[in-house]
Amino acid sequence: MSSHSHVEGQLPHEPERATLEGRNKITGFWLFLGGETVLFGTLFAAYLTLRGQVMDGPTPNELFDFLLVAIATALLLTSSLTSVFALQAMHKHDTKGLLAWLLVTVVLGAAFLGLEIYEFNHYVHLGHKFSTSAFSTSFYTLVGFHGAHVAFGLLWAVLIMLQLKNRGLNTTTAPKVYLFGMYWHFIDVVWVFIFTVVYLMGKVG
Amino acid sequence: MAHAHTVKRHTGIMDWLTTVDHKKIGILYMLAGGIFFLIGGLEAILIRLQLMYPQSEVVSAQTYNELITMHGTTMIFLAAMPMLFGFMNAIIPLQIGARDVAYPFVNALGFWTFFFGGLLLNISFFVGSVPDAGWTMYAPLSGTTHTEHFGTDYYVIGLQISGIGTLIGGINFLVTIINMRAPGMTFMRMPMFTWASFITSALILFAFPALTVGLAALMFDRLFSGNFFDPSAGGNVVLWEHIFWIFGHPEVYILILPAFGIISEVVSTFSRKRLFGYSSMVFATILIGFLGFMVWAHHMFTTGLGPIANALFSVATMLIAVPTGIKIFNWLFTLWGGSIKFTVANLFAIGFIPTFVMGGVTGVMLSVAPADYQYHDSYFVVAHFHYVIVGGLIMGIFAGLHYWWPKMFGRILSEKLGLWTFWTFYIGFHLTFFVQHFLGLLGMPRRIWQYLDGMGLNELNFISTIGALLMGVGTILLVINIIITNSKPKTASNDPWEDGRTLEWTIPSPAPEYNFAQTPLVRAYDAWWEEKMEGNTKMTPVEPIGPIHMPSPSILPFFMGLGLFIAGFGFMYARELGVVSLVIGIAGLAITFICMGLRSWIDDHGFHIEEEEILKDQGVKA
Repeated sequence: MSSHSHVEGQLPHEPERATLEGRNKITGFWLFLGGETVLFGTLFAAYLTLRGQVMDGPTPNELFDFLLVAIATALLLTSSLTSVFALQAMHKHDTKGLLAWLLVTVVLGAAFLGLEIYEFNHYVHLGHKFSTSAFSTSFYTLVGFHGAHVAFGLLWAVLIMLQLKNRGLNTTTAPKVYLFGMYWHFIDVVWVFIFTVVYLMGKVG
Repeated sequence: MAHAHTVKRHTGIMDWLTTVDHKKIGILYMLAGGIFFLIGGLEAILIRLQLMYPQSEVVSAQTYNELITMHGTTMIFLAAMPMLFGFMNAIIPLQIGARDVAYPFVNALGFWTFFFGGLLLNISFFVGSVPDAGWTMYAPLSGTTHTEHFGTDYYVIGLQISGIGTLIGGINFLVTIINMRAPGMTFMRMPMFTWASFITSALILFAFPALTVGLAALMFDRLFSGNFFDPSAGGNVVLWEHIFWIFGHPEVYILILPAFGIISEVVSTFSRKRLFGYSSMVFATILIGFLGFMVWAHHMFTTGLGPIANALFSVATMLIAVPTGIKIFNWLFTLWGGSIKFTVANLFAIGFIPTFVMGGVTGVMLSVAPADYQYHDSYFVVAHFHYVIVGGLIMGIFAGLHYWWPKMFGRILSEKLGLWTFWTFYIGFHLTFFVQHFLGLLGMPRRIWQYLDGMGLNELNFISTIGALLMGVGTILLVINIIITNSKPKTASNDPWEDGRTLEWTIPSPAPEYNFAQTPLVRAYDAWWEEKMEGNTKMTPVEPIGPIHMPSPSILPFFMGLGLFIAGFGFMYARELGVVSLVIGIAGLAITFICMGLRSWIDDHGFHIEEEEILKDQGVKA
């Protein structure tokens, strides 16, 4: 059960599941993501209720720019793919490859976040402020919650990378990488819904 | 491992601040929850004193609003839930044969966030702007237009912080039960309390995030001039009701299911019979948990959702009576033909059954949407939910306290004083709330500060207040009992009731730090009873005695809670004090996040309790 019993010997193929602590973390994180689903579900519900209430502010159709959102989406979806490559490298015990792919993931995520900040700033200049209307408040809350999740994920990934660099891949660091992977996919899935419900429906609906 | 022994084992107050031991955290939950219970009880007594006579002015109208708001909020979030978490912490690992919960650190974090959230909420009394919009915080009353002072802010921020604690506690228990069961402890051999806590934790997981969003939205409305619930900017006040009750109704089952579990354990132990219909009990619990999410709009029958929505939610609500009825009959059939011992714990359990049935019957009455238009917001509703929450949950908690006290503290509570607690509390309870059904039917609205003389409400209100005072006496007797018992030596044996059925009664009282010197092999439901029936004096171990790995204590959870507490204050007062306050808020968040980073950065290898120490423990006890 000890967290370092495998360090001296051969690291198993799935080092994230080698210890009870690791398995506990994975089970718990799945459950946590279940709770997160309810969190975002409620935010989506609030947004869908209020998105028609634009008051004097700009409408979704006037606001959203497909090109910007398409680039952001491409960045985030690709970063999800690169996080899979990171995990594959981990399963081959290739710490260098793992670090490299994590770095690519972080860079793509940071680019996404940068675009989002630019986007929000742009909207504010168009008169779409947080307190303009019920639509604007619920828009910034939903998309902002997602953005905050991305930002937290980036800090987390950097912290994991530093630990990998210092201590290498072992049965303590491996579950952390795995959980980050789960988290990152979840954020990606939420974005797919935001893309559909907020941007596509805002443009078409 | 050479470095495994360097971990310092604290004593005294530092031990309590840094502990990650589930049994100690359970005691902390009990203590904090118990104190909040006394505060909430005091508020209740003030409410009843105000209503004792018509048109009295014991407290002002404003104070009265504050009292009803804080009474509800405190009792639900800061008293009932923590006391249940106390039991879950203290008992679940022992019942499933585990040495600890899945995440000892997160467990401590859960306690400290709950504690600091509750503290923040109650500090509002000293600052003088107390939440006063009712525990349901309906918009737009709770918005800045109608509540300018900081009362609502204390509510939204305090509950958000304590809500984090509840959510991570729920996840912790789910993983503990899924992954940490002893060999042979299959799901269908788990004790009923563990099962009920399992379902409750699942409800917490899916209900609390909705509350978090609701509170965050209200907070954004108040702190950053958002418009979620402001109709003048397109907001929607009914949205708050939906979000609140989609959390709030499951919350009711989060509270009652563990109480059902406690009652099942107590009734079965003191009837000296296997729980009747165990598998139907499990099924009923799951079904209640599932249906609990389908009925939230029955709190909103008069909101105007239309006949179809009302009809659907009405039928769904009535359905819940079916699994609940199954449970009631199972308890009765467990008692039937048993050799019943009327201990205090069992008295509370047996008293619970008819009381809860009465609360259930009024619940079915309320579920009839057209009739609900008559009952809505009257004292009938107040009577109903106190019958299920006090008559159900609090009776369950009191039963559990008397039942598990020896396992938690090594001393049996005085049965003699316990009898007095039971009778004063039980009679007081029915005096207080039975008459309130009729007050409601006579037309007395809830949350009302005064009523006029000559409306036929005087006598019943007077009786109700006398009952409340009697309940207060019962509670004080319990506190006295606890203090007296605490000064006696720890003499409780492993199985002090002699009829223990489950694994917690196979180990010393109180349990040693590592719980089980040797992990037991579970061969049946009611594992310990089964062994006793076969003439065995101990469980079959699955491992030899050897060093036991333990998690190291940590002060970080305390500081993470403290950081959120400071952050709450900072952000709350930013709209009055400006930048300074904002900086304090950010500093508080920084404390929390830095502690979080440290937790990730510092590898915690824990330490080992050596064989000699375990053998010494056993030698002393033998």
